[in-house]
Amino acid sequence: MRWLLLKDLRILRRSPLLVALLVAYPILIAVLVGFAISSGPSKPKVALVDLVAPGQGNFQIGSATLNAASYESQLNQGISPIRLSTRAQAVQAVQTGRALGALIIPPDIAAKLNSGLERPMVEVIYSAENPLKRSFVQSVIKSELADANAALAAKFGQVALGLINLLETGGNVNLFNVNVNVLGLQRSATILSAALAILPPGSPERGGLQQVLSFARLALDNLNISNQVIGTLSQPIAVHETILRGARGSSDAFAIAVAVTVSLEFICVLLGAGMLALEREENALARLLRGLVRRLELIVEKVLLAAACGGLAGLAMLLGLAAFVGIDWGRAPLWVLALVLAALSFGALGVAIGALARDVRAASLLAFALILPLAVLALIPSGTVSSGVYDVVKVLDAVFPVRPALDGLSATLTNTGDSVVGPLAHLLGLTLVFVALARIGVRRAATRG
Amino acid sequence: MALAAAQTTDTAPVLAVEGVQMRYGDRWALREVSFGVRAGELLAVIGPNGAGKTTLLSILAGTLVPTAGTISRGREQIGWVPQQPALYSKLSVTENLDFFARLQRVDDSASAVQRMLDQTGLSERATSPVGSLSGGNRQRVNIAIGLLADPPVLLLDEPSASLDPRQRELLWEFIGARAKTGTTVVYATHNVIEVERYADRVLVIADGELLWEGTPRALAETAGSGRDFEASFVAFLHSRGH
Repeated sequence: MRWLLLKDLRILRRSPLLVALLVAYPILIAVLVGFAISSGPSKPKVALVDLVAPGQGNFQIGSATLNAASYESQLNQGISPIRLSTRAQAVQAVQTGRALGALIIPPDIAAKLNSGLERPMVEVIYSAENPLKRSFVQSVIKSELADANAALAAKFGQVALGLINLLETGGNVNLFNVNVNVLGLQRSATILSAALAILPPGSPERGGLQQVLSFARLALDNLNISNQVIGTLSQPIAVHETILRGARGSSDAFAIAVAVTVSLEFICVLLGAGMLALEREENALARLLRGLVRRLELIVEKVLLAAACGGLAGLAMLLGLAAFVGIDWGRAPLWVLALVLAALSFGALGVAIGALARDVRAASLLAFALILPLAVLALIPSGTVSSGVYDVVKVLDAVFPVRPALDGLSATLTNTGDSVVGPLAHLLGLTLVFVALARIGVRRAATRG
Repeated sequence: MALAAAQTTDTAPVLAVEGVQMRYGDRWALREVSFGVRAGELLAVIGPNGAGKTTLLSILAGTLVPTAGTISRGREQIGWVPQQPALYSKLSVTENLDFFARLQRVDDSASAVQRMLDQTGLSERATSPVGSLSGGNRQRVNIAIGLLADPPVLLLDEPSASLDPRQRELLWEFIGARAKTGTTVVYATHNVIEVERYADRVLVIADGELLWEGTPRALAETAGSGRDFEASFVAFLHSRGH
């Protein structure tokens, strides 16, 4: 095996352009994919036109005076606003692509909110040149408006609760710039109880006062419930988050796992497939297997070569990224083990592909045709496709090493709480299966020439 | 002209083949083929396309296991030169020879490589990548690999198939020189001129059956006088229903 390895390394050394391309290209792709996944979409640029005249943004809810501008800031949390003065400017910004969409706040927003009877209408403008873009802008603006509505509803709720409290306990309230003292149900009940206590037992007023007192007590009891009702109305659905498997790692660690997995996949599969196919292309397979080398020895040598080259590139990548992103060095033995097993399984897959092809070009094409879709499929999260399609994805994830490699690296780079043993055992099993398949392929190739 | 006729005396066969059969499903690729070859003898295997020549050589080389029959020598004692050069084009001539010498566990690989470079006349191209050599020189390296372990028997499958006449002549000079040193050479070919010119004996195979065994001259006489060797061979096949 030593001479086979030395021979293959010498051949690789004589192909520097191929090796450079084989290493540089997947690393470039992997880094782009990794960071695209981890960074998520940035805030979309949205033109914002506030047509409310200066000083006209205030509106009254009960005794509270609110300003529409304070809710505008709620909108800005999810978007990157481009402030413009007119609707025409906003339309132009969307048409020229300067902004993904536009949000027009009407001049009568405060007046309509003030009326309490009419709903103000906010205008949203977006370009439909691209369905994905349209869908993205729609969902972002809808989400931001929903947040603003929720904040406003909460404020309405607070004001309503204040008024109910006033009815309950009494106090001063400013109505139309006139300070009014409200007696309140509690004090009314106290006064009524006191009055009833000093009335003679046979007094004719006693029956009426007793009825009013009962009403005041009934109202007090029910107003207590209305506090809860108003609280529920302002936020009908509360959220409690429970994180299940695979989601507790940092996005940086996941990005690194994706980048390293995709790099390993490209390098190991292409190299394994190419180096075995080269033996056949050079007509050397039959000569080698004529007692010079055993079939298994030849396959293991190619797997080790591919895994060593891919593994070293993956390790270099990990160490390079560690300079920018925090890596748990205490878990180094685990992630090195995951890296080695992933490299071996990808190498074995490559060698199995190489055993099917007659020459290096066919092997590379076949390997390439498999690598890209497998990488994409492994990144599809559950729930984003129909259950039938996801079942197919799960089968492919189980049969090929991309998903277990990604799971293994993710689980070892940071302590996500997920099992490390499962993905690593899966990788080991796949390596053995692909070596067995490669052995069958090589036997077939050797007898057919 | 038989290059090694002097060696084809009554000595015991270096390679004896007894009742070799090869069957793929219902199809017979070889039926009961038996023959022997002596030291230094040049034995040509000829026949129409699909006759079973390459199957016979592959069985002798040990890359195919026959359905039945025996071969007196193991594959480690037989040098094999496949039809297409089995070489690494990115490696130099020396590196190719050295690699196969080490895999064959040749005692002194450096000496064996140098000996082959000298015998093939490729010492000046020793460091050239094989991919940059002419077809003739590539075939020489291909044959040299088959001879690295100095086997008593050398099998050649269509050794001159892709060579021009000059390269072909140089190749046969080299093979003839090896035969003179006692190496037994068994080769399959379509080129009947090479059979007439270089072979000591000839085996004619058709449809997996050994039809004839003897000298080229005897084959020509069997088919009738007044014809060249190629015409005699074709007439012989016709007379046997092929």
